[in-house]
Amino acid sequence: MALLEVRNLGISFGGLRAVDSLDMTIDQGQLYGLIGPNGAGKTTVFNLLTGVYRPTEGIITLDGQNLVGKKTVEINKAGIARTFQNIRLFKNMSVMDNVKIGLHNHFKYNLFTGILRLPGYRKVEKSMDERAMELLKVFDLDKEAGNMAANLPYGKQRKLEIARALATEPKLLLLDEPAAGMNPNETEELMKTIQFVREKFKMTILLIEHDMKLVSGICEEVTVLNFGTVLAQGKTGDVLNDPRVVKAYLGE
Amino acid sequence: MDLVINIVEQLINGLRTGSIYALIALGYTMVYGIAKMINFAHGDIIMVGAYSLYVFYGILGLPAAVAVILSIIVCAVLGVVIEKVAYKPLRNAQPLAVLITAIGVSFLLQNLALLIFKATPIPFGSIIRVPSVQIAGIHISGITIVTLVVTTISMILLTLFINKTKAGRAMRAVSEDKGAAELMGISVNGTISLTFAIGSALAAVAGLLFICQYESLQPTLGALPGIKAFVAAVLGGIGSVPGAMLGGIVLGIIESLSKAYISTQLSDAIVFGVLVVVLLVKPSGLLGKIRIEKV
Repeated sequence: MALLEVRNLGISFGGLRAVDSLDMTIDQGQLYGLIGPNGAGKTTVFNLLTGVYRPTEGIITLDGQNLVGKKTVEINKAGIARTFQNIRLFKNMSVMDNVKIGLHNHFKYNLFTGILRLPGYRKVEKSMDERAMELLKVFDLDKEAGNMAANLPYGKQRKLEIARALATEPKLLLLDEPAAGMNPNETEELMKTIQFVREKFKMTILLIEHDMKLVSGICEEVTVLNFGTVLAQGKTGDVLNDPRVVKAYLGE
Repeated sequence: MDLVINIVEQLINGLRTGSIYALIALGYTMVYGIAKMINFAHGDIIMVGAYSLYVFYGILGLPAAVAVILSIIVCAVLGVVIEKVAYKPLRNAQPLAVLITAIGVSFLLQNLALLIFKATPIPFGSIIRVPSVQIAGIHISGITIVTLVVTTISMILLTLFINKTKAGRAMRAVSEDKGAAELMGISVNGTISLTFAIGSALAAVAGLLFICQYESLQPTLGALPGIKAFVAAVLGGIGSVPGAMLGGIVLGIIESLSKAYISTQLSDAIVFGVLVVVLLVKPSGLLGKIRIEKV
């Protein structure tokens, strides 16, 4: 069943056509890759999906629900969470608090209960702590829960970003170049983490990546963007052997 | 011995004025931390708080406690409305445009008060009826005790609120990275409104304590404590909550000591002089973080 459907999506910035007539269908539980040379419009697609940009035309639906014109916050509530190419953790907050920000909309107590620290406040905060700890354990970050996010090593910051995104309980997880800046060993470990997340949380994942080894290793289907348009689309193995794709990446 | 007692009394006076500055400075620093703007109308919220108390208590004759709570609510709501009407449309504008707007709002509030309450100062008796105490020969007035208790409680509650609650966590997240917070489902508009509400409520409390001390109302009464609290916020490191508290208290004590032992006329000059020296030595303020900009 299709979870995310994108039809004829396009956006222009003045005269620049950043994304043009993009069609893409991602099924429930799929691991989908979005690849392409630098400047092909991949991150723009993420910004369109998360409501940071409003498309000039086209349709985006998640689980049958229209997303075009919704605000970023509403889209997160509808079920899309993302990580960033250049890690954007809340660096001066603890590892635990980063995850608890992700949990924000799933736990409720009113303002005055919080200011006056009534029993309701303690109960909810305690269950938030427990839920955050569970997530941190999954990513082997539980020992660092009290540390500042800024003090984590690079690979762990990437993991924390994924944990924070998962805390918002998304239906679709967007990963923007998760392997950027990683060495082959770290990339190898990351591949395992992504596959683990997918199985453990029954998550549908759309990822942008440059590392072809990672893409061919874990993605079932890919879309190749070039200058904002779809160059090729389909099963990963077929697409990556497509001469046009090879040409776009390597030149003539 | 007399000298020691005198110094201690001056220190306590300084602590009283300083903790009022600190309460006001918290509003500047929190708003700066989240909205990255200097809200120059913040000082006039103090004035609105003072006049509200006068209206509710002095004119309408409500019980003091009710009048205090209503005045705080009026200021909190006013803070939120000012943000929505004047600052929110300019959120992506140049900082200078926002700054000028804030000064405009400040003039608007002062002149509205002038229109409604006229320029003649209105005498207003303190609502605080706590007897003064004498400890080891040191005289501490009732208003000082109330001021210190109220400001200490406010600061403790605020610190716990920011560090330990959901809304406080959201405030910290928004102040670090609005975009990322929004993508994690945090409502940035709601968080900014809440910040203005809390900052203005604290300014209202400061206004009430201030008016009980000076016992006279005029439309410009918020200007000087407002600007001094701004200095306190910068002194402590703007954007830093503990910095605003420290800055306020340091400023109050310097002011009180220089008034007592150097010169009443020069005290403001000394206060601003200290700011200049601190900023020369540590440009980010006492507790401010040094930001290394990537180029």
